[in-house]
Amino acid sequence: MEKFTRITGVAAPLMRRNIDTDAIIPGKEMTKVEKTGYGDGLFGQWRYIDGNRKENPDFILNRTPYRNAVILLADANFGCGSSREAAVWALTGFGIRCVIAPSFAAIFYNNSFKNSLLPVILQDNQVHELAKQVENSGGKGSVTVDLEKCKVIGPEKQIYSFKVNDIYREMLLQGLDPIDATLRYESKIAAFQKKDRINRPWIYQY
Amino acid sequence: MKKPATLVDKIWDSHVIMDLGQNTYLIHVDRNFQHELAGATSLNGIDKAGRKIRNVELAFAVMDHVLDTHPGRGDETPIPGGTGFIREFRQRATSHGIRLFDLDDPDQGISHVISPELGIALPGCTYVCGDSHTCTVGGVGALAFGIGSTDVEHVFATQTIIQTKPKNMRVTFNGKLGREVFAKDIILYLIAHIGAAGGIEHAAEFAGPVIRNLPIDGRLTICNMAVEFSARTGIVAPDDMTLEYLNGRRFAPKGEMWEKAVAYWRTLPSDQGAYFDKEVDIDCNNVRPQVTWGTSPEHSVAVDGRVPDPAQAPDSHSRMTMERAITYIGLEPGTPMEKVKIDAVFIGSCTNARLSDLREAARILKGRKVVPGMRAVCSPGSYQTKLKAESEGIDRIFREAGFEWRESGCSMCMSGGAGGEGFSPGQHVLSTTNRNFEDRQGRGVRSHLASPVTVAASAITGHITDPRKMGA
Repeated sequence: MEKFTRITGVAAPLMRRNIDTDAIIPGKEMTKVEKTGYGDGLFGQWRYIDGNRKENPDFILNRTPYRNAVILLADANFGCGSSREAAVWALTGFGIRCVIAPSFAAIFYNNSFKNSLLPVILQDNQVHELAKQVENSGGKGSVTVDLEKCKVIGPEKQIYSFKVNDIYREMLLQGLDPIDATLRYESKIAAFQKKDRINRPWIYQY
Repeated sequence: MKKPATLVDKIWDSHVIMDLGQNTYLIHVDRNFQHELAGATSLNGIDKAGRKIRNVELAFAVMDHVLDTHPGRGDETPIPGGTGFIREFRQRATSHGIRLFDLDDPDQGISHVISPELGIALPGCTYVCGDSHTCTVGGVGALAFGIGSTDVEHVFATQTIIQTKPKNMRVTFNGKLGREVFAKDIILYLIAHIGAAGGIEHAAEFAGPVIRNLPIDGRLTICNMAVEFSARTGIVAPDDMTLEYLNGRRFAPKGEMWEKAVAYWRTLPSDQGAYFDKEVDIDCNNVRPQVTWGTSPEHSVAVDGRVPDPAQAPDSHSRMTMERAITYIGLEPGTPMEKVKIDAVFIGSCTNARLSDLREAARILKGRKVVPGMRAVCSPGSYQTKLKAESEGIDRIFREAGFEWRESGCSMCMSGGAGGEGFSPGQHVLSTTNRNFEDRQGRGVRSHLASPVTVAASAITGHITDPRKMGA
């Protein structure tokens, strides 16, 4: 997995609540058994007019400088709805490395870390403040997200701290494969099952 | 004395393999159920990385998402690229020796519907599927999580997931259900009440007298929509009704094993005095049949209510969200919901396509016909549900009323959004499903959610209809 340490760049404010994964990557974009190639489909129904690839000039990611965004700012409950991991692959495929929001739906949040996309939770007023400052600068004021220091630096140099679990942080900083990381605990998994087969044999009856 | 624990705490604690710190744990997964969409991608990942499936005996697989639901179906599907998912999933699942309910299997159906039907989801078990509505099977007391495809790979390879422990939330449904008020109505009412993010970070236990009197089908409907208020999962404590439902099912424990399991399941309900981080009480005496007016399940009102006015929203952000939803749905604020004309109806999905749903809809449809021009589709939740419905003559009632009677699958809950078989832009579709998101049932399609009874009543009249006025 690609490492994530620190990024600086354009942040695009898409300040809507409850942005669902159907909106992030429409089902009709998911036509292949692959984890790549979803960037063009990102926000497909909002980004393009009439289902073809003609850009909707009003949509933020079709405007300069936001079409080069590496950070997305959104309102609460980002990534709700379907568990489709293609929502994460579409964001990373487009070039987004970090989403900053007051809250995330759990499945999307978990999926992000497995794909080197950093979900950052800031307070509601902080996200809105960041969005306002980005807008005031016409999008030119860049935002930095530093995972080593767990800090976001806004366009006007104000600093916001965020928290992320050590296990996920290490995974991103070192670019660890989550499955390989867990396979190191195989002896513990085996020990659990050995005991559990006695306590709850019906679970293993097949 | 042991500290009183919640149902979720008890199941969680008994599955912890390792405490990874900061409230994050390595958790054992008892049941791993996969479908052709997330399953094909995850098995592809497993095979590419040359990994083995750790506990193939704990894995189950079904075709439900992209397959066609027209009678006489095969691998071809209206969803672009869908056939590739079906064939790749079949090939990889078979090569790993995963038990697969293929599209012609007598136990095929929507995974969340067949899993309780077959006794695969059990009380107190941890359960995952690459689908957000996995929480459905909380209705039989399983602790179920929807996960993404990389996490599915993780489960295939390690039989575990890494998750933070959810906070505890209890939703108590008090009072009694009124006439023509069903599980779907009280869950929509709840979501309107607490919002689409009202359960974020929490596992929701559904409790109270209404839940205790609710048959398993209804409990599954309620838990199904836990994800629609962004709860980590939904669950109902197992009781006599759960045991009666599960006893004798194909994959449920039998004989002595059953007795042993029952003794354990009896210890699972939340202890008196257990702490909940969040408590919500709903008085069901006040709940009328519900229908959605907007583009989120939180946009729900009583069927005899009106489209709300964004001018009366509590803050500017809510106002913007409501205005956006109203623009998409194409209704004027203040319009009575019963004046909304319906172009098509769909009865199906993991929310409301179980036998009791079909029976209730048939009660309304019997001897009646849908209005001319109405497109009406029913896809039973499983092949077994379909067979039972047919043995009761329910298919005939649906067909004579003007419904298409389909095979089982996710069908028109997801096909339109996936570029397959949808409805037309601008059409108002009344649906027993769980998501009224923009473009969910096809580009520009205006979806409204309701119970099977409200959907059936509205199919007859051609506009959103209060089922209490139907006289059936």
